[in-house]
Amino acid sequence: MSSTTNPPTHHTSTIGAIGAPSRRNTELALLVFAVLIPVFAYANVGLAINDEVPAGLLSYGFGLGLLAGVGHLVVRKFAPYADPLLLPLATLLNGLGLVAIWRLDQSELLQDIEQAGTAAPRQLMYTAMGIALFVAVMIFLKDHRVLQRYTYISMLGALFLLLLPLVPGLGKNIYGAKIWIQVGSFSIQPGEFAKIVLAIFFAGYLMVKRDALALASRRFMGLYLPRGRDLGPILVVWIVSILILVFETDLGTSLLFFGMFVIMLYVATERTSWIVFGLMMSAVGAVGVASFEPHIQQRVDAWLDPMKEYALSRAGVGGHSEQAQQALWAFGSGGTLGTGWGQGHSELIRFAANSDFILATFGEELGLAGLMALLLLYALIVERGVRTALAARDPFGKLLAIGLSGAFALQVFVVAGGVMGLIPLTGMTMPFLAYGGSSVIANWALIGILLRISDTARRPAPAAPANPDAEMTQVVRP
Amino acid sequence: MNKPLRRIAIFCGLLVLTLLIRDNWLQYVQADELKEDEHNRRVAIERYASPRGDIIVDGKAITSHATTEGDFKYKRTYKDGAMWAPVTGYVSQAFGATQLESIDDGILTGNDDRLFFRNTLDMITGKKREGGNVVTTLNSAAQKAAYDGLKKQGAKGAVVAIEPSTGKILSMASYPSYDPTSIAGSNEAAGEAWNKLQKKNNPDDPMLNRALREVYPPGSTFKVVTAAAALEHGKYDSADEKTDSPLPWTMPGTTTELKNEGNIPCEDATLREALRVSCNTVFGKLGYDLGNAQMLETAKKFGFTEEQFVPVRSSASVFSDGMNDSQVALSSIGQYNTAATPLQMAMVTSAIANNGTLMKPYMVDELQAPNLDTIEKTDPEEMSKPLSADNAQILQSMMETVVEDGTGTNAQIDGVKVGGKTGTAQHGENNSKNPYAWFISYAKADDGSSPVAVAVVIEDDNAVRDDISGGGLAAPIAKNVMEAVIDSKK
Repeated sequence: MSSTTNPPTHHTSTIGAIGAPSRRNTELALLVFAVLIPVFAYANVGLAINDEVPAGLLSYGFGLGLLAGVGHLVVRKFAPYADPLLLPLATLLNGLGLVAIWRLDQSELLQDIEQAGTAAPRQLMYTAMGIALFVAVMIFLKDHRVLQRYTYISMLGALFLLLLPLVPGLGKNIYGAKIWIQVGSFSIQPGEFAKIVLAIFFAGYLMVKRDALALASRRFMGLYLPRGRDLGPILVVWIVSILILVFETDLGTSLLFFGMFVIMLYVATERTSWIVFGLMMSAVGAVGVASFEPHIQQRVDAWLDPMKEYALSRAGVGGHSEQAQQALWAFGSGGTLGTGWGQGHSELIRFAANSDFILATFGEELGLAGLMALLLLYALIVERGVRTALAARDPFGKLLAIGLSGAFALQVFVVAGGVMGLIPLTGMTMPFLAYGGSSVIANWALIGILLRISDTARRPAPAAPANPDAEMTQVVRP
Repeated sequence: MNKPLRRIAIFCGLLVLTLLIRDNWLQYVQADELKEDEHNRRVAIERYASPRGDIIVDGKAITSHATTEGDFKYKRTYKDGAMWAPVTGYVSQAFGATQLESIDDGILTGNDDRLFFRNTLDMITGKKREGGNVVTTLNSAAQKAAYDGLKKQGAKGAVVAIEPSTGKILSMASYPSYDPTSIAGSNEAAGEAWNKLQKKNNPDDPMLNRALREVYPPGSTFKVVTAAAALEHGKYDSADEKTDSPLPWTMPGTTTELKNEGNIPCEDATLREALRVSCNTVFGKLGYDLGNAQMLETAKKFGFTEEQFVPVRSSASVFSDGMNDSQVALSSIGQYNTAATPLQMAMVTSAIANNGTLMKPYMVDELQAPNLDTIEKTDPEEMSKPLSADNAQILQSMMETVVEDGTGTNAQIDGVKVGGKTGTAQHGENNSKNPYAWFISYAKADDGSSPVAVAVVIEDDNAVRDDISGGGLAAPIAKNVMEAVIDSKK
């Protein structure tokens, strides 16, 4: 953005100097750890459960290493200046998730549950598909600004994805939340993909409208109130989230989309009033829907008194689940240092032990220490995402990066908070850790886009063109 | 655009911080509470994760363990489970634990606080946690004699034998019984076995520990308590003094005559004679003469009206207060409200045999750590002194007459002095149901000390009424139990 007629020494960009190191070797070194740690964890589970190093150790380690290696080589070739931490972090989380899923596969108690015993190989396949999508993003998305062209198509795409689970015959109601669709033998959660597509739409839309939203406003009680017609989009998004909440009874996705929109709106307009509006509207929406939607109500009740919910479930009262209380017990039983891999009993959570509730397995077996480390890995991904947003040179890139990382942070908070009993449970899963193809594939794409933006941001500015007039826009500074 | 970006970064940081705080709250502050929550299945998984310690009789374990399917690794098994069930109780993966298995659960699982130091050491050295043992006071020969005797009768009943000088319980049998191994697991078979044992499905109520938890009208065996009260309160000083006992005797305040069983010489009979032939009139009038308060005082000294903890709880035996004259008279011959557990009558006998001193009955001699170190040892403890040594010896000579030359001749043992008392307690409206057959007795060594006191009760719905008498049904069992104890001491 800061092209100048002065000599190159006066460059005032937010990124490092020209010729910044690509940091690809750092990434490679970190990737070695990101592959080795899950391999050790895998061996650990096998030794704890069966007293032997698992037979699949080599192929598993090789598989994960190969996927990480392919990812790394593609980044090295197509995005050499990309952030060096994101790929290793995602690989580590994905690898640890595979270990935990494999560990739950070994549980006798979970053998009667759908896909019991085979979840880990499936997840490895999903991971491969995720890396494939990641590679595709790296190769075909030469510049993230291309996505700007598809702003309104993205909106339609997001709406389409969000409405899919409501299509009769396609949608699938799993334990009250209608956020899946069934295609063949695959269950897909379109919401996970909608998250990314929606971020593209918001970024494109806000980049265009941000001045109107920011400047054309009246001051009222210290707040800048937007004009009525500028309120339109936020109202539409709000209504869509409420509709998701009502028809798909999915508090998490609704909160996630609305939160992402408010974050991006705030960044685009720099107006605090949007935050206030957003919080008020989401509060009104959530409370309003919760007061008449029995499924949401039950989630709230289970959150307020998980023990009562447990007792109801044990007494055989339909529609109640003991998961919330079982998860709390899992965390508590893990204590400070945990039981060690394979030695906990998180399988008592039964349904969704390896997806929505996978964090409880980490909490029990790795303890407070391990879970805090895990949460900090997520925090690091978010931090790298925000840093990418800060470093990005174009508003679209900034908005897209902050939207994706903000949504990522919200998702981690909503899921981890739900499983830990901090907020009511929602139907979302921990990115990368949890079993589920949609989540893994979509989040690898998300990492791909972030890497692409960070590559663009950190890439040395191209040499100044011989003829300044060749540049489309020229900003002349005094 | 970077200022709001930084603020969003702070916001994301706060989200993560909130999660970290919540995690610390869950896994540090609340961890122990959640970990030890009784509904947390991990508590049970841990409990059955290692073999349970054993319950020991005569140096041999009467319990063992077996592995099971599912997340509970070990279950309890019992050797001669039905015979020992009144002693051990049960421990079941599905149905919890009772009696000794429940009371000493901490030792048996190895979770007891007294094992904490040892457990910590084991954890450091990587040894698996083990359970300690419970060493009982029981005598397996006596227990077998008692259980086999009851089984042979095929009727409901119970036996309790005590070592009078210490209060050690030597035998505690109840019939019909159940095998606690059958309900130890958590599978379907255990559930079915459990349902079959429930009182609603099984009128015999095999899980009832009749030795401790059932109270029976003690009938004529209670006359020894009345005799003790008469001697203690100075009503008579000798067994051979003529009593002031008219025949027939009409109970005061009523026009009803108190009947004796048959035409027996009860008019002004001596205490010895009255006990020998079991005169209702003599002891009924004696109780009336002493009055409710004095009778109750002596009964209480023998342990009536209180629950006993041996350490398993026994029901409280009954002797009422605030009765009218005829009720006191009936109560003094073990009728009306008077009711006693077999343990209670064994305690009465043992106090008399121990020259008037009642020792607190107990059945756990020692608690052992997994390496057999003693953690806790039970010392014999005096509970009360219901009668003086002199009076006890008078009563002994009376009870010995009963066995030598009275209703209790079936309990005679060659070369051993035995004192006893029969009882045939009536119950049901207008005595319509079959009576209970009682026999209480003790054996006496040459030096005057007593190795064993025993109480036997049998309820027989099928026997002809006249056939039931303590001497006929219960005395042979008491004899076998006493012989078993004497033989095992040789």
